[in-house]
Amino acid sequence: MAHQITVFAENKPGRIERVTRVLKEAAINIRAITIATSDSFGVIKLLVDDPDGAHDALAAEGMSPFKREIVAVLMDDRPGGLHAVAETLGRAGINVEGAYGFVVEDKKRAVLVIEVEKIPEVDRLLREQGLSTLTDEEIYSL
Amino acid sequence: MFWNEEIETLARPELERLQLRRLRQTLERAVRSPFYRRRLTGRGEDPPRIESLEDVASLPFTTKDDLRSDENYPYGFLTVDREQLVRLHSSSGTTGRPTTILHTRGDLDSWTELVARCLTMAGVTASDVFQNMMGYGLFTGGLGLHYGAERVGALTIPAGAGNSRKQISLMRDFSTTAIHIIPSYALRLPSTFENMGYDPRDLPVRTAILGAEPHSDTIRRRIEALWGLKAFNSYGLSEMNGPGVAFECECQEGLHLWEDSYLVEIIDPDTLAPLPEGERGELVLTTLTREGMPLVRYRTQDLTSARRDHCPCGRTHLRIDRITGRTDDMLIIKGVNIYPIQVERVLMRFSEIGSNYLIVLTREERVDQMTVMAELEKGFFRGDLASLEGLRSRIANELRGEILITPRVELVEAGSLPVAEGKAIRVEDRRNG
Repeated sequence: MAHQITVFAENKPGRIERVTRVLKEAAINIRAITIATSDSFGVIKLLVDDPDGAHDALAAEGMSPFKREIVAVLMDDRPGGLHAVAETLGRAGINVEGAYGFVVEDKKRAVLVIEVEKIPEVDRLLREQGLSTLTDEEIYSL
Repeated sequence: MFWNEEIETLARPELERLQLRRLRQTLERAVRSPFYRRRLTGRGEDPPRIESLEDVASLPFTTKDDLRSDENYPYGFLTVDREQLVRLHSSSGTTGRPTTILHTRGDLDSWTELVARCLTMAGVTASDVFQNMMGYGLFTGGLGLHYGAERVGALTIPAGAGNSRKQISLMRDFSTTAIHIIPSYALRLPSTFENMGYDPRDLPVRTAILGAEPHSDTIRRRIEALWGLKAFNSYGLSEMNGPGVAFECECQEGLHLWEDSYLVEIIDPDTLAPLPEGERGELVLTTLTREGMPLVRYRTQDLTSARRDHCPCGRTHLRIDRITGRTDDMLIIKGVNIYPIQVERVLMRFSEIGSNYLIVLTREERVDQMTVMAELEKGFFRGDLASLEGLRSRIANELRGEILITPRVELVEAGSLPVAEGKAIRVEDRRNG
């Protein structure tokens, strides 16, 4: 299963810079980043090549990182690719707490990151539909 | 354990006779100063007649403004020649010109005696290594405890404030057993221990004396858990020497205030009328042994209550409750009176919240706004926005229950709020005028 790193951050200038600087200094590569904000604070979500290393580097800087399991689904980058995933989840009554996607390999394939509660169940459902889910290692070897 | 058992356990009728005798002496002495000669004497130069302790209520109050007015500052309260003075201390002066107190050798000796009683109450003896982590200098916290600790015979380390790594090295090298520390610093220092790879609970420190900041009992318990020690609340103010005015005994149900040295009144800060025993109001003190600058009915601006009932420790001197704020700490927001310590009490109920916080006051479209900024404890974050929003609204609801208005609550990163070297800054008023 794959993991994302989330970091609690105040909604003010320089917060993302601080996170990316720590990761750069720890030689950690960022595959994807997304940010969810409330009015005064937010959560930075990161897919990185070394989740444990990223977690420790951020914690050592006094930040509040959290390593969370997510489902990363590999899709074809074509019309309807995302729909196949969404349909599977919708039919199974799975509530998606958060999601974001990114394209890999010169627009041939894309990855959808899904934040859900029942990770093993979602993983099984998607695999049953012939979709492949990725591990941390697989994400970075794409 | 007593430092001066006879005085500390003196039967109340005798204690009150002693107070009456000393009150008369104090008034006789006070009228030698230009200020009290004007304030207390009518025709002739006789001090006011006092038949009983209750008569003190007929005397005028002395305020912080009296001490620092152009007319009286700096020598208007002196009752002795300047050659007899040996030391000057002053308040931090955060609210204007500092108040300055001048001490004779006898004053320093009396002060040291009171601090020795307090330290003994906390179990500090000649076999202790006492690390004094308070600022030395004009501030009374450093030198006051220093001389008291030396008097009880403890090995006294004048570490002073700040310089966390040095503090920790000293503690480790000399096996410090007792510390004197500001509560906000006691909460902060363990993170330096952590960075250095140590745990304060592994050290032989078993007693902490917490002074210079009003703090809630929850903060005390947090400090005790972080350090693995027993913490005692110390109360004092520079106008009354500094630390050594009142201190907790092992029962920790209030602070014994040394009544052989101070006459205590609790008044309603608005009507100035004396309050019945047990009611919360402003603490008013009259010095009973002060030589250089006796103060009569000094309004401390500290809010507390007093009780004279029996204490299992055997001391007969009355107990004041934990200080809940100063009259000049009071914030008036949307017409509601709020003390910062009320906010602290609510925040400390949340284990997700760290110990540092800041209240910011702003004015938006002519309406006062109160924002409470609280640091999210490091271990708490679980990676989602929803639980943060939930935490924020629970805090806001509980604050509403305590202070009757709903403040804006902002969660900030651990370690991001400003920290002060000395007393913690809890309120930032950004309202202009």
